[in-house]
Amino acid sequence: MITKRIIPCLDVRNGRVVKGVNFEGLNDVASPVELAAYYSANGADELVFYDITASAEGRALFTDILTETAKRVFIPLTVGGGINDVSDFDRVLKCGADKVSVNSGAIRNPKLIGEAAKRYGDQCVVISADVKRVDGVFRVFAKGGRENTGMEGISWIKYCVEEGAGEVVLNSIDTDGVKQGFDLEMLEKVCEVVNVPVIASGGAGKIDDFITLFRTLPKVDAGLAASIFHFGEVKIPDLKQAMRDAGIPARIER
Amino acid sequence: MIALIDYGVGNLFSLISSFAAIGQEVTVTGDPEAVRRADKIILPGVGAFRDAIGLLRESGLDRAVTDAAKGGTPLLGICLGMQLLFDKSLEYGEYEGLHLIPGVVRPIRDVISPGLKIPHIGWNPLIMKQESPIFKYVKDGDCVYFVHSYYAADCGEYVTAAAEYGAELTASVQKELVFGCQFHPEKSGEIGLRMLRAFCEF
Repeated sequence: MITKRIIPCLDVRNGRVVKGVNFEGLNDVASPVELAAYYSANGADELVFYDITASAEGRALFTDILTETAKRVFIPLTVGGGINDVSDFDRVLKCGADKVSVNSGAIRNPKLIGEAAKRYGDQCVVISADVKRVDGVFRVFAKGGRENTGMEGISWIKYCVEEGAGEVVLNSIDTDGVKQGFDLEMLEKVCEVVNVPVIASGGAGKIDDFITLFRTLPKVDAGLAASIFHFGEVKIPDLKQAMRDAGIPARIER
Repeated sequence: MIALIDYGVGNLFSLISSFAAIGQEVTVTGDPEAVRRADKIILPGVGAFRDAIGLLRESGLDRAVTDAAKGGTPLLGICLGMQLLFDKSLEYGEYEGLHLIPGVVRPIRDVISPGLKIPHIGWNPLIMKQESPIFKYVKDGDCVYFVHSYYAADCGEYVTAAAEYGAELTASVQKELVFGCQFHPEKSGEIGLRMLRAFCEF
């Protein structure tokens, strides 16, 4: 029985881990290399490294840090941020990433997912979508949640999976940073239209939010969060034990 | 010398890091002569069976690997590297493998219940079937990381562990000193590192 995955997400800028609330008000948490190695050894099932640097210098620094991180991480590592063409896939895969997540890059160039999937395999390509309700409609946002693309969210995700995305990270901007639970309504809509793993992101505040997620939506494969893990509000081993106690398959290393 | 075969398929970064983490020196090589001289051989692989077997044949590594294995050199195939050990694969056609372990690589979709997602991706507990030296430090129920759409079939007596995904899928095999694992030990946390250590030690 496959286990439900718990995934800490590390937003990295200028070589440091940051986490914003509703994508604003970023503050430092820790060294990405140390934090990633800690998670790898302490129950995380996967890590997402998100490059939120804008400059070329920042990108080079990110690539160095990614390499150092990947050497110390023995669980799957997904990298996103600044992925605009196939050469960006190549760049981060060479630094030790296992999967590459695309967001704005796929919005700008809707052929990117197909090209990358053909070259590296579907399992390597993750579509990460930032979705927010606007006048009752799910809309895809670009540029870290700042720009409404006007595209409808569910059909966009369905298109990306048809193009070859092997996994979906659904980040609800509506619930992100609010810590009142995942966006079950939005997640359910996505699960209805795709048959690849769906990773829930945005809204986790406590252990019960993960239990509710997996109980309510058995088709969701993983839960992703950042600050609650970085600040120790939720400890992954406690979360895994609670999942097992609730009858949800979880991996616990012995 | 432990030879980690580089034949242009997939990325060796994680495997190299894993051996570094357990303090085991490995030689990354695509040279058939080096493979023939090795004390142990690791055959990795990610991607399509047809491409991988083609590259092995072109470089003469296929003969080097099979000769060494038949001569008693322990060999560990990982993921696609395990699938290559069998007689043939039905991935996008029908392609002959290295014939080191009897069996056929078939699509998962033929055996699992409809509705289950393909590829089989994620952490799944091992269901131990037989003792094997690579499981020296690993127990029944320990989770390992899988990513695959094809699985090894018709190899029943050589299966050392399975994983449940709508059906029991082959997780690992052993025939004499030829070992294979469908999952990625280099991505399976401490459990995976223990398995690599056991292979290096025995």
